[in-house]
Amino acid sequence: MPTINIVQAVNQALKEEMRRDDRIVVLGEDVGRDGGVFRATEGLYDEFGPDRVMDTPLAESGIIGTAIGMAIYGLNPVPEIQFLDFIYPAFDQIVTNLAKLRYRSGGQYSCHLVVRAPYGGGIKGGHYHSQSSEAYFTHTAGLKVVIPSSPYDTKGLLLSSLRDPDPIIFLEPKRIYRAVKGEIPEGEFTVPIGKARIAREGRDVSILAYGAMLHVAMDAAEAAKKNGVEADVVDLRTLVPLDIDAILSSVQKTGRVIIVHEAPRTSGFGAEISAQIAERAIEYLKGPILRVTGYDTPFPYTLEEYYLPSVPKVLKAIEKLMQY
Amino acid sequence: MNSSHYLIDSGRRNRRFLTQTEQQEEQESLSHIEGDMLQVISLEGKINAQLEPKLSVEDLKKLYKTMVLTRVLDTKCMNMQRQGRIGFYVPCAGQEAAQIGSAFAATAEDWIVPTYRDQGVALIRGLDLRKLIAHLMGNSSDSMMGKQMPNHWGFSEIHFMSVASPIAAQLPVATGIAMSMKLKKKDTIVLAYHGDGATSEGDFHAAYNFAGVYKAPVIFICENNGWAISVPVARQTAAATLAIKAEAYGFDGVRVDGNDILAVYKATKLAIDRARSGGGPTMIECLTYRMGPHSTSDDPTKYRTKEEIEFWKKRDPIERFKNYLELRGVWNQDFENKARTVVDEEINRAIEEEEKIPPPETSSIFKDVYAEEPASLREQEKEELSYESSSKE
Ligand SMILES: Cc1ncc(C[n+]2csc(CCOP(=O)(O)OP(=O)(O)O)c2C)c(N)n1
Ligand SMILES: [Mg+2]
Repeated sequence: MPTINIVQAVNQALKEEMRRDDRIVVLGEDVGRDGGVFRATEGLYDEFGPDRVMDTPLAESGIIGTAIGMAIYGLNPVPEIQFLDFIYPAFDQIVTNLAKLRYRSGGQYSCHLVVRAPYGGGIKGGHYHSQSSEAYFTHTAGLKVVIPSSPYDTKGLLLSSLRDPDPIIFLEPKRIYRAVKGEIPEGEFTVPIGKARIAREGRDVSILAYGAMLHVAMDAAEAAKKNGVEADVVDLRTLVPLDIDAILSSVQKTGRVIIVHEAPRTSGFGAEISAQIAERAIEYLKGPILRVTGYDTPFPYTLEEYYLPSVPKVLKAIEKLMQY
Repeated sequence: MNSSHYLIDSGRRNRRFLTQTEQQEEQESLSHIEGDMLQVISLEGKINAQLEPKLSVEDLKKLYKTMVLTRVLDTKCMNMQRQGRIGFYVPCAGQEAAQIGSAFAATAEDWIVPTYRDQGVALIRGLDLRKLIAHLMGNSSDSMMGKQMPNHWGFSEIHFMSVASPIAAQLPVATGIAMSMKLKKKDTIVLAYHGDGATSEGDFHAAYNFAGVYKAPVIFICENNGWAISVPVARQTAAATLAIKAEAYGFDGVRVDGNDILAVYKATKLAIDRARSGGGPTMIECLTYRMGPHSTSDDPTKYRTKEEIEFWKKRDPIERFKNYLELRGVWNQDFENKARTVVDEEINRAIEEEEKIPPPETSSIFKDVYAEEPASLREQEKEELSYESSSKE
């Protein structure tokens, strides 16, 4: 089985599906001749030409807005937003049109498209190249939100997303774009949307994470083993729809929950998970639900390593919970 | 006679329609300089005496020295990034005339709303070099307190607004500052900088439209450097020029040779005089070129040709001005050598000093989110400090 990284997984999924489905068009800033600033669309322009791989003017509202129009009229557009931090000029299009078209027209119209965007910190990108703003989208009914953490899931989830009938915000953890490599099978495969993955089994504490933080959770779980603590690590993979069954069965097993995400704590997605666990499984809990997250500040530059969740921070949360 | 007649119409006459076929793409990005534009010093070094601004020898020397300072600093910073001494850098080489010529036309009380590429503007406004370098290093004497990545500056002492990365986001703000100046009956103006790519964003439209409607004293300096990362300006718009866009907002757009510092100065000065006397906004499209990569993360060989680079090397704004100064008897080799020695020393000293400054303290993460740190953040600050003390144990 070939070993690839996450950028290559994005690239393969797009390339292979574009060969199968000629309705797919890729559009965005620098995605064509340059192959994307992270090289995710490398080679697509050469193979599929400028009609299917469009270097657009610098306007996110234009990119998403026109993609919505193309989707309504039968194409399968895959807009790239260069950094999630730059999606805000398109926020109106996403919230007003993309998320609500099916509902507001009583199902007469719909627009399926996959918005791809690299997100997250850890690359010394300061405020505007580091944000994790997934909660804005999970808070918007009508959107699905998918966040892979490995090359296998990236390819499989992106393929499922490209075939899904609903609009999808597909967030790629850029910090581990190249750092995380993994084997993928030859040929076509998909990973279903809405199914979490048990990344590691353990009986003592459940660590729930997604994207780049999954790897922080896994490293912390390994480190906790030295103290005799066995962590169950759940990779959420999709936030909307959320695989609450997988979360509950882990929580029922361990009775202890730590949620890790790099987005700010207040109104972060961890708050939603925490509420759902409290509503459905409070009787299983042996201690408080803890969150290890980014702080409630803009994303800093020089001190980003202090801002981000880290293995020692997760270990401290584990220790606290085990002693509770 | 209306002294601003040079400002009128120069974009409008250039009705060369660009095709967008793939074969012509290379051609297009090269040819964005052709056409009708204001020029004081021609490529051959000829001077248009009618347009030549009356600047003192002292001013001319200051302009030249600042261009050299900006260029030398740029090269140093690119090298420092490669050596890992700064994390990132956005170079401005090639755009010195557009930046320094325009900003020199403003007074110290006027406000600047810059982009991440406008170091030349900060330097001609007399920014302390150490402040600039401290910011690139993100150390504890950085005016931004290490909160922002390099080139995301803001220096209130020179009325140089704080920068955000999202393209064109500064433009409505610039118009708003100018509207406030007008409401408060000040005679100051705003110079608002943006690139060619920025003209595609919705915020560009909002800023220009409000500026036109409220006759705000704002001058938009569009640094058309031919590229928005890998996208040539011909793919950014089907309009023949960027300057003609101003017309639709009810004010003048003028195209100037952005590598001709006197042309940029002349146009900006006229536009500023007009804005100050209640005449409203102007757009100045400076045709220039980004000689380096988009940033230290970019590889321009992927999307532009050697021929293009060579074409623009011959149009280096510093060379052009040097030729003019030599003709005027202001420049000679001795002057050049002295200027370069001073600049080198100044830069090296500033870097050496700033490299000794430690990074900001961890608790700075929690400062300046609000005017006063709320209890919830004090709690998070305590949490963070507890990790640090336990890791020292
Ligand atoms: C809203 C937004 N979208 C995308 C980007 C990524 N990006 C950074 S610079 C740039 C090109 C800007 O081109 P231009 O306005 O011509 O300015 P230049 O960099 O040439 O000075 C892009 C696309 C961004 N910073 N902001
Ligand atoms: Mg540009």
